[in-house]
Amino acid sequence: MAAPVNALVELRGVAKHFPVARSLGEVVRGQHPAVRALDGVSFDIGAGDALAIVGESGCGKTTLGRLLLKLVEPTAGTIAFDGAALAGLSGEALKAFRRQAQLVFQNPFDALNPRFTIYRAVAEPLLNAGIDKSEHADRVAEAFRRVHLPDLERYLDRYPHQLSGGQLQRVVLARALVLTPRFLVADEPVSMLDVSVRAGILSLMREIREEMGLTAVYISHDLALVRYLCERTVVMYLGTIVEDGPTLEIVRRPRHPYTRALVAAVPVPDADQSRAPLPIIGSVPDARDPPSGCRFRDRCPHAFARCATETPPLRAVGEGHTVACHLDLA
Amino acid sequence: MSVPAILEVDNLQIHYRTREGVARAVDGASFSVPEGKIVGLVGESGCGKTTAVRAIMGVLAENGSRAGGRVVFQGKPIDAGNTRPLLWREIAYVPQSAMSSLDPVYTVGEQIVEVLTKRGGAARSAARARSAELFDLVGLSERRLADYPHQFSGGMRQRAAIAMALALEPSLLLADEPVTALDVIVQRQILDTLRELQQRLRLSMVMVTHDISVVAYLCDEIVVMYAGQVVESGPVREVLARPRHPYTMGLRNAFPDLVSDAMELVPIDGSPPDLRETLTGCRFAPRCPFVETACLSHALAPVTTGGHLSACRRDGEADALRAAALRPSTWLRP
Repeated sequence: MAAPVNALVELRGVAKHFPVARSLGEVVRGQHPAVRALDGVSFDIGAGDALAIVGESGCGKTTLGRLLLKLVEPTAGTIAFDGAALAGLSGEALKAFRRQAQLVFQNPFDALNPRFTIYRAVAEPLLNAGIDKSEHADRVAEAFRRVHLPDLERYLDRYPHQLSGGQLQRVVLARALVLTPRFLVADEPVSMLDVSVRAGILSLMREIREEMGLTAVYISHDLALVRYLCERTVVMYLGTIVEDGPTLEIVRRPRHPYTRALVAAVPVPDADQSRAPLPIIGSVPDARDPPSGCRFRDRCPHAFARCATETPPLRAVGEGHTVACHLDLA
Repeated sequence: MSVPAILEVDNLQIHYRTREGVARAVDGASFSVPEGKIVGLVGESGCGKTTAVRAIMGVLAENGSRAGGRVVFQGKPIDAGNTRPLLWREIAYVPQSAMSSLDPVYTVGEQIVEVLTKRGGAARSAARARSAELFDLVGLSERRLADYPHQFSGGMRQRAAIAMALALEPSLLLADEPVTALDVIVQRQILDTLRELQQRLRLSMVMVTHDISVVAYLCDEIVVMYAGQVVESGPVREVLARPRHPYTMGLRNAFPDLVSDAMELVPIDGSPPDLRETLTGCRFAPRCPFVETACLSHALAPVTTGGHLSACRRDGEADALRAAALRPSTWLRP
């Protein structure tokens, strides 16, 4: 993997397994089944980069986002932020990390406490971080300026239900920015918004990231959307990375058979589009019992004997582009 | 148009009583569904698309009522008073979340059998055989009839909901965002199943969605709604390639497109009007980059050119407006 020159976040062999309810037979046999939400993921996120993590439900993308923010602990592997292992953080260092790494919630309609005024919602992270109250008003105003919510006074004493979806998403962003973080993780940040509003939020996120020099991870199921946000995309399938590379390369010349199916499945706003059958078999298998070798093999139209016995490692196929497949599909 | 319409909606008016006054959720919408075609009803939240479909079925929320207009199904006017016997048999519905139409305490098979026996008057044994047939039709294994809804994945539930909707061989299927909550690969599989069934069973369909890509993939005709009214309609290929209404032009720019060369999405500034207020003139005028003073006072006047309808005062200049709409700077507000 071509490691970014200056990595802010480094993941090495990160795994997260969630225990699931055991059947009687499993109890008797002393087995402890687990969902392997994430299974040995390694990559770096360069400082100032925008990275998309794309995949379908159950691929582990949301778990990965939570691990990056130290909201859950990995079962195995290490995650380092700015050179320091997250697992070892405590006390002041942990507080500093919490200030620097922020989450942007998926659904702006759920992300804010309905009984808090907009001011209180945006100022709350300051309170939690122990920032002196005399600074709050200025910092809230600054965050509002960044998200282009003009005439601040109009909003501060209002409640979430009095705002439109687009305004709410700006407030949610302001809340994430009020501590001037360096690292942002956004889980499906615009999936709940209407199309005409969504475009505005996307360009705002791009602008903020450039202006503040933020490193950002966008988690999404929507390849068509991340294309407008991130230069780099990581594609996940059943807890593993199958492809990692420049977004435009991935969208235009996908190399992994799964990415190919994913790209082919996205409809486009044009009546003359391909309606050819998707190059994929069946549906996502049970994450408690994934296939041996390549996890995609039982759905892959190109699978052969080696795929069942040998897990394909990520290997370079181009500039900053890696693929986990035994075949070389060009 | 040469194909006769199975459904005609003419100047439909639906009002909701709210604490803050009457909301005119659908305010003079007209469109028709040609026999054996799929019509995509698109628009953003609150444009009235779901309300229109519920009004067709005569199942509006308690505070909603039809304040005017006509709905004609197979040549006969229908309203809340006479749709009941038509539901399931002639007009069937597929909801966004199948979880809301499937009862969690009964197996999926029992629920399909119930529709067949209670609504269709079939004997239980015949109903069981038919359920198996229906499951096969939508690509589900017959064995899964004995499962409860929670044992199904999202895509399987949606297939089960489609099977149930098709149980009594309706001629019109109304689907409200049937693939919105699904992953893209599953979404594509369901869309392909819908298309195949529609052709095999010669169904007519209305597909309510916010996603113009889904309409482009599946539908024959498109009806674009804005603030309770139809602003543009016509054949999908024609409307998406040559939109005539500025709202459709804006929607097209704002919509992510995996294969286009554009690197930026252009938002439409502002938000739709409050439908509880008395509105005059074109409802899109306050957000329209091509607005003229007269747009603010002139009532809607749809112009139809070869099956392509647009409700824009400046329709005569549509080609020039479309060219201007492609420039992102057109949509920037000072």
